[in-house]
Amino acid sequence: MLYINCPHCGLRSQNEFAYGGDATVKRPELNKEISDQEWDNFVYLRKSPRGKHLELWHHVSGCRQWIKVERDTSTHEIFKTYKANEAIE
Amino acid sequence: MSQDFRLNNVGMVNREKKISFKFNGKKYFGFEGDTIASALIANGVHLVGRSFKYHRPRGFFGVGVDEPYAILQLDRNNERDPNIRATEQEIFEGLEVKSVNCWPSVNFDIGAINNFLKMFFPAGFYYKTFMWPPSFWYKIYEPFIRMAAGFGQASIKHDKERYEHKYEYCDLLITGSGPSGLASAYAAAKNGARVILAEDKPRFGGSLLTSDVNIGNQTGVEWTEKIIAELKSMPNVTVKNRSQVFGYYDHNMLVMSERISDHLPKTQKYLPKQRLWYIRANEVLISSGSIERPLVFGNNDTPGVMLSSAAKEYMKVYGVLVGKKPLIFTNNDSGYETAIEFKKNRVDPIILDTRSNPSSDIITEAKSLNIEIKFSYVVVAAKGYKKVKSADIAKISDDKKELFNIENIECDCICVSGFWTPSIHLASQSGNKSKFNEKIDAFVPDKSKQQENTIGSANGIFTLEETIKDAFDKGFDVSNKLTEKNNKVSVPTVVEKKSTDHDKFWCVPLPKGKSYKRFLDFQNDVAVSDIELALREGFRSIEHVKRYTTLGMATDQGKTSNLNGLQLVSDIENKVVPQVGHTTFRPPYTPVSIGAIVGREVGKHSKPTRKSPMHSWHEKNNAVFVDAGVWLRPRYYKQGNEGLFEASKREAKNVRQNVGVCDVTTLGKIDVKGPDAAEFLNRVYTNAWLKLPVGKARYGVMLREDGIVMDDGTTTRISENHYHMTTTTAQAANVLSHLEYYLQLVWPELNVNVVSTTEQWAGAAIAGPNSRKLLMKLFPNLDVSNEGLPFMGYKEADLFGVPAKIYRISFSGELAYEINVESDNGYFMWEKIMEVGQEFQIQPYGTEALSTLRIEMGHVAGSELDGRTIPYDASLEGLVSKKKDFIGKRSLNRSAFTSTDREKLVGVVPLDKTTSIPEGSYIVKDPKAKLPNPKLGHVSASCWSVEYDNPFSLAIIKDGKNMIGQKLFAMSPLKNKTIPVEIVSSHYVDPEGKRVRS
Ligand SMILES: [Zn+2]
Repeated sequence: MLYINCPHCGLRSQNEFAYGGDATVKRPELNKEISDQEWDNFVYLRKSPRGKHLELWHHVSGCRQWIKVERDTSTHEIFKTYKANEAIE
Repeated sequence: MSQDFRLNNVGMVNREKKISFKFNGKKYFGFEGDTIASALIANGVHLVGRSFKYHRPRGFFGVGVDEPYAILQLDRNNERDPNIRATEQEIFEGLEVKSVNCWPSVNFDIGAINNFLKMFFPAGFYYKTFMWPPSFWYKIYEPFIRMAAGFGQASIKHDKERYEHKYEYCDLLITGSGPSGLASAYAAAKNGARVILAEDKPRFGGSLLTSDVNIGNQTGVEWTEKIIAELKSMPNVTVKNRSQVFGYYDHNMLVMSERISDHLPKTQKYLPKQRLWYIRANEVLISSGSIERPLVFGNNDTPGVMLSSAAKEYMKVYGVLVGKKPLIFTNNDSGYETAIEFKKNRVDPIILDTRSNPSSDIITEAKSLNIEIKFSYVVVAAKGYKKVKSADIAKISDDKKELFNIENIECDCICVSGFWTPSIHLASQSGNKSKFNEKIDAFVPDKSKQQENTIGSANGIFTLEETIKDAFDKGFDVSNKLTEKNNKVSVPTVVEKKSTDHDKFWCVPLPKGKSYKRFLDFQNDVAVSDIELALREGFRSIEHVKRYTTLGMATDQGKTSNLNGLQLVSDIENKVVPQVGHTTFRPPYTPVSIGAIVGREVGKHSKPTRKSPMHSWHEKNNAVFVDAGVWLRPRYYKQGNEGLFEASKREAKNVRQNVGVCDVTTLGKIDVKGPDAAEFLNRVYTNAWLKLPVGKARYGVMLREDGIVMDDGTTTRISENHYHMTTTTAQAANVLSHLEYYLQLVWPELNVNVVSTTEQWAGAAIAGPNSRKLLMKLFPNLDVSNEGLPFMGYKEADLFGVPAKIYRISFSGELAYEINVESDNGYFMWEKIMEVGQEFQIQPYGTEALSTLRIEMGHVAGSELDGRTIPYDASLEGLVSKKKDFIGKRSLNRSAFTSTDREKLVGVVPLDKTTSIPEGSYIVKDPKAKLPNPKLGHVSASCWSVEYDNPFSLAIIKDGKNMIGQKLFAMSPLKNKTIPVEIVSSHYVDPEGKRVRS
């Protein structure tokens, strides 16, 4: 079970969190004209990297904040965690 | 039966307490502190089971977790435990165990015929023998395999025992209480670290219980007792026996199974049977010791052949002789220790040593005790079927290839020692890539992967002096990283006998003309010839060889078999072992009961039960409840002999004719607050929200980004910057996460906060033509006229002294109101409504009537918003704004979503007006069409229309909007029904929606 350092609460076990997928996906702006392809990429296409991955976790049984977690998908090593609005190094 | 093999005054069992137990129906006696294995051996019983494939007789091979054979089925308080190691299970008064994997009995086993059919059971027999013809599979092969294979039968009854889970945190977890575990725990505890010391056996001490050593002028046993007593007295230390750390998981999470009541006749009050510990440790010291390696020779699986360390432990710990004419077969000094122990107990052993001329303290001692030793000697084959009766032994050439002077000597047990294999399972599970240590012919942990270090013989250190010193150092080092107390205790002096090098020999060649089975994996019946065959057939990777032959699988996880298997593959392939590598060790290290894994999360404990504040009223008034997510909701209120159908019909009818009240507390409620709340709702919902006035409610639909409807509900503007959102019961948690996602990550510039208020409000829906009259009596000072409180209006008022919120919204399609009060006042509100409503013929109604009412009105719910429908499909397209953007809007332009003949919501009525249409039925044009019959859509919800007194259903069918008036068929292959139907509008009752506005 992963041990995730919530930037708001501190180290907490994985079972307090819900996984939220790729954190690098950016929603197209509202009211912006975009192609079908761009929209499909946003809704459906995700990379599934082996190795470093920036991902979203939601501290559902804690502070209810969405956080970003830089994790290695093959070793589960967590390098760093960020608040939702923090700049990614 | 008398305990013929019990020694007098030797061992640690409690001779004062005699215990009786039954094995295969026969009564035996042992002493408190015995395991099933030691008690049976004391009674001269060695035949305990049959092997997995060939059904050969099986006895005891080890003395603890190393035991591959002696797996029994235990009956305790009418419970059945199918996977008990006889070497670990302690006996208690009334214990009943029986053999598994044999039929009809352990002495006469029909499966043993497999032994004579062994040409059918070569390596990979699963993949070969039972393949053809396919028709044989269900009737012949599978039943045969099921009866022949497997270890015992799991109980199909509900397990009434209690199991618990515990989460624990510590600085240092130490997995084993042998010399290294004790020393490191002591050093770390004295340095202020929070320590957990786990021992899988009932007794602490590990090898110190059986070795002839001296630590700090005390025997191993005395030193153990002293250290344990001191550790137990320290507040920063937790010491646990009967506790196996079986898994090493990510981020230094280890799981330990504690057997609390397994050794007792009955689980004690307030105690669980077993407890599973999830331990998050800052540091781990793996001190799980080592397991003696077998030597491989003919018929080495015969009962009576066992590890020499096991024989020694049976004598020293249990006071039991495994035989009275022992043969010791060894390639190192460990066998001598066992021989000396036999001699001390006035039994004369013969030692066969594969080495030609070794010399050490122990060998000298054995010689001085006049023990017969044959150097350069091996056991060629054990003789005897159900028990060793004699052995063919031979002199072996220096190159270990030739056998000379084969002779048969009498013996009743063969104690083997092929040196020691460190238990690296936990280190390997942690991710530690092990390395091969040539000196000990075994793998040891390499660089730490997580925060783990391995100490003592688990790390390949086999002298006590070195072990103790290293463990004291490690205990200090890892604790000091955390406590920085620099409190170092002194290392005691150690006296032990010096031993000399072992012989790398491990497998006795077959004599000419003999084809004895020589077993590598005793649990899975894998012999040398199986591995040879696998390699001949082209398997090379050790992982493939493992799966093809089953070497090192199952509950044993290769504890005794792994290295000899690797040796063999290396020898055949002309490689060295590290080139072959080893297979992955997986948790659990030893079997864990399913009960322990599940813990308390069974039955009603598997998830929380949520109840509304009015729950007890519903109970008192004969409500029959239904699970709605984790909520319990009244499904109907039973009167007299009514069933679901009659009751729900009565309740729904009363709503249409008079007035009904329904508990709607379970609806999700979310407070949306902030200056940008309107803008936020405008982006979340498909319809327009910017112009909703204060004091008004609006129905809204929200989508996922892929255009599929996520949820619907009404949201009310309470004040300028405050909205009260409702969601469906099922989607409440998802909607909150969804809103938080957009506010925190996508549009952080919006100044809005959301919080769940579901549990803060109790809700009652009052519906029916009499509802306004009722409301007037409930709120005499409030103007509830159609003008004062119009449809979709909102008012705050006082309900007999209790503040209440009144929303004029309707799910039933009738004139209706929803009253919310603070949860604490919910019961009061409900009683008042019932009391005041009496004169208007009020009746409570449950979810079944609620469904009926919404279905005949054509209102969609979860069965239509099923995660596959877009607004158009559910006839919600009128709520989709063309002007503004919102979540999921862009997806609605996808070509599939704009196609003109999309499936759409319709109503369905059976032509005979009597046959109910099963939910899930397909709508088809021609019921006799060739299969697969093209379906037009499916029936999503069915009810008995109380308005028209005939069945009515909702369906979502292709080109629905052009199908009204068509005569089609509803087919339910499941219920075997074909019903002629007519497609009608989904708005079956009050299509103009006059009632809600009346
Ligand atoms: Zn948090």
